[in-house]
Amino acid sequence: MKSDAQSGDSAREYKVLGKRPIRHDGADKVTGRAIYGADFQITGLAHGKILRSPHPHAKILSIDTSEAEKLPGVLAVATREDLPDLADKIANLGEGAVNLAHLGRNVLAHEKALYKGHAVAAVAAVDAHTAREALNLIRVEYETLPTVTWVLDAMQEDAPLLHDDVYTDSMGQRGDKPSNVSTHIHFEKGNLEEGFAEAEVVIEREFKTASVHQGYIEPHVSTALWNADGHLTIWTSTQGSFTARQQTAELLQIPVSQVTVVPCEIGGGFGGKIAVYLEPVAALLSKKCGRPVKMTMDRDEVFEGTGPTPGSFVRIKLGAKKDGRLTAGEAWLAYDAGAFPDGMIGAGSMCVFSCYDLPHAIVDGYDVVLNKPKTQAYRAPGATQAAFACESVIDELAEQLNIDPIEFRLKNAAKEGTRRVDGPVYPRVGLIETLEAARSSDHWKSPLEGPHRGRGIASGYWFNIGLKSSAAANVNADGTVTLIEGSTDIGGTRTSVAMQLAETLGISAEEVHPQVGDTDSVGYTDVTGGSRVTFATGLAAYHAGLDILRQMKERAAILWECDAEKVTVEEGTFRADDKAISFQELASRLHETGGPVVGRATVDPAGPTNGFGTHIVDVEVDPDTAKVTILRYTAIQDAGKAIHPSYVEGQMQGGAVQGIGWALNEEYFFDDSGRMQNASFLDYRIPTCLDVPMIDTIIVEVPNPAHPYGVRGVGETPIVPPPAAIANAVYRATGVRMRELPMSPPRLWAEISRHESA
Amino acid sequence: MDALEYVAPKSVEEAVACLAEQGEGARPLAGGTDILVQLREGLKQARVIVDIKKAPELTALPETGNGEFVLGAAVPCERIYGHADICRSFPALVDAARIIGGWQIQSRASIGGNLCNSSPAADGVPPLLVHGVTCEIAGPGGRRQVPAAEFCTGVGKNVLQPGELLVSLRFPTTLGLCGSAYERFIPRNEMDIAVAGAASWVQLDDSGETITAARIALGAIAPTPVLAEEAAEWLVGQPAREESFEEAGQRARAVANPINDKRGTIDYRTHLAGVLTRRTLQRAVERARGHRS
Repeated sequence: MKSDAQSGDSAREYKVLGKRPIRHDGADKVTGRAIYGADFQITGLAHGKILRSPHPHAKILSIDTSEAEKLPGVLAVATREDLPDLADKIANLGEGAVNLAHLGRNVLAHEKALYKGHAVAAVAAVDAHTAREALNLIRVEYETLPTVTWVLDAMQEDAPLLHDDVYTDSMGQRGDKPSNVSTHIHFEKGNLEEGFAEAEVVIEREFKTASVHQGYIEPHVSTALWNADGHLTIWTSTQGSFTARQQTAELLQIPVSQVTVVPCEIGGGFGGKIAVYLEPVAALLSKKCGRPVKMTMDRDEVFEGTGPTPGSFVRIKLGAKKDGRLTAGEAWLAYDAGAFPDGMIGAGSMCVFSCYDLPHAIVDGYDVVLNKPKTQAYRAPGATQAAFACESVIDELAEQLNIDPIEFRLKNAAKEGTRRVDGPVYPRVGLIETLEAARSSDHWKSPLEGPHRGRGIASGYWFNIGLKSSAAANVNADGTVTLIEGSTDIGGTRTSVAMQLAETLGISAEEVHPQVGDTDSVGYTDVTGGSRVTFATGLAAYHAGLDILRQMKERAAILWECDAEKVTVEEGTFRADDKAISFQELASRLHETGGPVVGRATVDPAGPTNGFGTHIVDVEVDPDTAKVTILRYTAIQDAGKAIHPSYVEGQMQGGAVQGIGWALNEEYFFDDSGRMQNASFLDYRIPTCLDVPMIDTIIVEVPNPAHPYGVRGVGETPIVPPPAAIANAVYRATGVRMRELPMSPPRLWAEISRHESA
Repeated sequence: MDALEYVAPKSVEEAVACLAEQGEGARPLAGGTDILVQLREGLKQARVIVDIKKAPELTALPETGNGEFVLGAAVPCERIYGHADICRSFPALVDAARIIGGWQIQSRASIGGNLCNSSPAADGVPPLLVHGVTCEIAGPGGRRQVPAAEFCTGVGKNVLQPGELLVSLRFPTTLGLCGSAYERFIPRNEMDIAVAGAASWVQLDDSGETITAARIALGAIAPTPVLAEEAAEWLVGQPAREESFEEAGQRARAVANPINDKRGTIDYRTHLAGVLTRRTLQRAVERARGHRS
């Protein structure tokens, strides 16, 4: 693997940042000692299982649990009757708001089952086998209803209607009758007609993408204990312990202080472990039986019951002058939200033209409900579908105008001062730098030879967010520091946050001992999502570090009997006049100078950190079978400042591989009745290690002006370019432009056959 | 999955008696790589699991003279590709044994079990058809033989009657310049089920230039693996070169009667039947020529 960390205009020398220390949780992870949700054990543990709807759309006429309750070993049964029926109430979950009536109905169906796999009832028993047996004894009477699983079909006037309380919200205007279209977004910039009139070339194309799942290896798992004193404790695999606490408390209508959420180690989330599924159900069962209840999903439940990302239809029209300047862009996007409103259309609409400086543009976006599981965030949610469409048309325009695709992008690249179609004006951003790094990369400069081969390139954008984080740090007498933060660690963030505290204090990364606290042991912290943790929780650690330094200067002043303002600190050494003391030595003398030192901070930075990336891919397409082989792949990204380059590279590689899977094979395959046919890792084909080459990475560093160390989020951007880059490469290999994902062998073969016979 | 009883008879006769006594509630267990998953997922039910691996005949792999081999129905894949004589004489079978699952699966999974599971996409079955294998079946009424090509009768269905057990697979002697190959198409490079599969067997004349006999079998393109007899007959007397393989591939497509599903479309599978026939014929011929001294 190659990785040239190119320093942008960052000339700062760091002692800790940019190095690659061994992660603090590494030994536990590689020896199997780390406690994941499924590893959690407690005395008296009962096991819960969920009964799921076999129908994609049906009224639930009755649920009879009496036989199940009689089965020996069954401890409790829960249904819709046990969950408070919440009127339309909106809860802000940090990365997005949620309608609690819908969230509750997703956790346990009320009037209707809205997708196959929708939870209908739950059983707790002495063991999982008994619980499963009891599910077979629950009698549910359904009245089946017509089904719709494709977004454009669901938008038709005569489509089966999912909800009678969902009306189209069109920029604040409420529709006059219930509809599957829950939201219509409209953004405008400049004068579209004028823009297209100026254009010398105009290309308009339509694109489709299938639903894909986040594909985390660890299924959802939660254990709840509703204690005799009324306090509820939940051990769970979640991206946000505080959001899990809030959702659970709101759904059960109890105060948040009555719930403690203990985050276990997490085996992947990618956005899919923010909404609660099992937590409130396990809590209900525990309340009923008085014992802790553990619930673990099987893989088919994960596919059929938890969030995929939207299937989509996107139409893009772009106009350009012959010199390659874009003059206008129009986008029409319809994303499915799954069974309940509020999918990913907002972000998709904001991201579709986010890489380009378009003088005139209009974007219309539609959020549409249909009979699939409620969509959830998936790594840059909504951006990949939009980029697949936009970057394919950009590639086609560049080709028609006979301009190199990198040069074409450079001519139009968004930069400081560019106003996005949805309004915001970019501060200093690094898209141009990623394109320049692509142009000068070994990959781009090496010719691709051989038949049936092609090279593609695409760029991508994700906002990255700030939001609220807390951190506290205790100085130990041996000069080490214990850091407690609230961000569940998906991507090595314990270490990247600890490194920022170490840098601030002038000590080594190993001298900071980070821990992820539960909701009772650390201040409120928003979800691990939006590529925010290294940025925002890192910022909290930085401020906690400054707080420690301020207090320790005072202690040095006490030792030296001088004014605290005279004490300075640099690289872990405190000085005043001719006196100096190391951080370690001063730490050992805290008890004689006033007692322990605890640094703490909370932050709530506003605005995105704006992450851009550009990917290059070489493919070979088997002329007999249309199977695509990825020959070479390079991901280039602006990280602002790569705190721990290995983890930045890991994010770039992981995102690229997920994007490759999305591009080539992953899809929810529905039969005519709307039932998923491939709810297993055998037939839902994520790439294996044999399907991808080593993903080369080039980290570009254009420091984020809104962070003391220049950090930008990096986790999500790398999933955005791959499908477009691969489609562009497949075109050069075969002459066929694929406008539907996945570009699976049967689909690509059919297109190539059509192309050849035409 | 309910509680199960487990029995491990020591002979074929004992196993047959046990299966006959338990009726529908009993399921034979060889490697268990299909049945255990099916029981867990509720696709099949059983009260008693009859582990047949303790019956010596089921795990034996003797050469019975003149290069004829009898493959015990529970012999795992790993023993097949670890057997030099089998590798030389029955390479299509070896191709399949090497790609069924990973090493752990191959240490358990058997070709006999693969046949009895009777999936249309079974990698292990088309090679049995082209190698002209005969299935030895034991039952309450004694033993009988069935050609492998007649064993599967539908998706998940076969000729085994209640109480009957597949004991072994008899691979006939191969004479002259023979070669064979199996290949499947999967969208990934591992961990996948065949979208289509093909096995080819050829015999060449002494010059190695003309095909004197051929068999072609296709998988995942019909409810059962099938022989492409017309294509194979056409090959007899043809020169062993690319044009012949291509033509045979085109002809083999005629027996394809696939479905549209999550793994592929009718058109695509039919197309693959031709591609894989051509590719396996090519490899089979190369291997046959490798036997020239």
